[in-house]
Amino acid sequence: MIGFLSNSNAQIKKKTIVAKTPTNQLAKGKILYAKHCVVCHQADGGGVMGLNPPLIKTDYVLGDQKRLINIILKGLDKEIEIEGETYANPMPGLSHLSDQEVADVLSYIRNNFGNKASLISPAQVKVIRASKLK
Amino acid sequence: MRKKTIIPLFIACLVIVGISFSFMNKHENDVTPFKPDADNAGLKLPVGFGANKVADNLGKARHIVITKDGSIYIKLMKVVDGKGILFLQDKDKDGKYEVQTAFCNYGGTGITIKNGYLYASSDKEVFRYKLDDKEQVIDPANPEKIITGLLAGRQHQTKSILLDNEDNIYVNIGAPTNSCQENDRGLESKGKVGCPILDSAGGIWQFKANKLNQSYADGLRYATGIRNVMGLDWNTQNNTLFVMQHGRDNLNSSWPKLFNTKQSAEIPAEAMYMIKKGDNAGWPYVYYDTYQNKNILAPEYGGDGKKEGSKEFINPVVAFPAHMAPNALLFYTGNMFPERYKQGAFVAFHGSWNRAPEKQAGYFVAFVPFKDGKPAGKWEVFADGFSGLDEVMVPREAVHRPCGLAQGPDGSLYVTDDVKGTVYRIGYVKK
Repeated sequence: MIGFLSNSNAQIKKKTIVAKTPTNQLAKGKILYAKHCVVCHQADGGGVMGLNPPLIKTDYVLGDQKRLINIILKGLDKEIEIEGETYANPMPGLSHLSDQEVADVLSYIRNNFGNKASLISPAQVKVIRASKLK
Repeated sequence: MRKKTIIPLFIACLVIVGISFSFMNKHENDVTPFKPDADNAGLKLPVGFGANKVADNLGKARHIVITKDGSIYIKLMKVVDGKGILFLQDKDKDGKYEVQTAFCNYGGTGITIKNGYLYASSDKEVFRYKLDDKEQVIDPANPEKIITGLLAGRQHQTKSILLDNEDNIYVNIGAPTNSCQENDRGLESKGKVGCPILDSAGGIWQFKANKLNQSYADGLRYATGIRNVMGLDWNTQNNTLFVMQHGRDNLNSSWPKLFNTKQSAEIPAEAMYMIKKGDNAGWPYVYYDTYQNKNILAPEYGGDGKKEGSKEFINPVVAFPAHMAPNALLFYTGNMFPERYKQGAFVAFHGSWNRAPEKQAGYFVAFVPFKDGKPAGKWEVFADGFSGLDEVMVPREAVHRPCGLAQGPDGSLYVTDDVKGTVYRIGYVKK
């Protein structure tokens, strides 16, 4: 009983710390996408044949969140293959974005272009940024 | 009586069969007369021109060359069923190339014919195949390797090829970065001092067409400071090499304090250069500004969008709008098209991506009139409609993208598309 109470107290506390609602986070993510991502990944998230990978329902976007966060922070400098098509342009890291900004733009990408996945929290980004492991 | 009629009938039949055989043989070597499709293959063309779709669904069809009897060789960027060169023939002469054979085990872009050989490139090597008197490859499995060990990064890795009339072959070696930054395409990342990659890329190299296994030590860096070239051709009027450069990207995303997204979409020019031995076009130190019409110092090397670049760098002979991706260049030497097209330049623009969030540009074949090896008028759109869209906002929606150009023996113009693998033939039909 006590345990249950302290749990729900923690949840309430957490909610007050995370001031952003999902809609707010997605709206901010959209602005960040237009500023940092659209020139290569395009307005529909479809990328460019042979050069810049699509963000539509790919494992890179919907799969391992740690890998996804690392791509934003450190960039991706290797050729990757998605559905039989290879994409080779390097992506520079965007480590100058804040934890909140990285979380916002990734949450936007994971819930746009036909994608539906969980939001990314700034806390997740913070942990991975601090981690020395790739 | 019976016997008497049968023998002359038999002889008559032999004669008829003989005539039809010689008729067929004669026409098998003829070029199919040009006949446009009812819808001009979906293309928009100047008055008097028509187009037909001669082949479709070939794979990533890149550069193309036509034999003297109108047959087609196409280089595929990626092998299909293990083969990277297609040979197409129109034996029934209906305008559609129904016979397809394939050979060569590498993908690539460059292909051309000169002096009895077919030349083709992978991203690191150049090969040649001896041709018979019908310009068909004699031994497809055993080409001669004439150039090897060329640098191929993950960007601008394709090798376009061209021969002059003195047994030299020219190969573009594209720079494997956008602007030689410490951190490629990164935010406010400076350019590497003395851009070291220019030793082995970012230029046009000259080799001998008939010598085996050449690499950098055997070749000559003919021109440098050229970021990436896919379209190149020899102008026979002034006996000079011309190239189309793919200009740099990402002025806004790398330098947001200096360039807004609109400026980034519209700068720099896609430049046509006339190249003389030893020329330097200035990449990565300068870019050609479409508003100021001059070479401007690149932000990676201290530029602010206004400071001019060094005068040692050559200027373009034609400055096209930014990012349209010129994938082929062809000087027209045929007799089918009207007078104003003769000796002029056709450029296949694959179409842009680096203009987002602005609408994309290109996705057409352009024409520039030339006289005596110099532009003699403004560039214009020649063939449009490849994308199937009124406006291209995102590249992947374009149904077709022009990539290669070739002139047929009758003077018709062939255009490849590397999305659907379509081959178009454009001809002049007005009497």
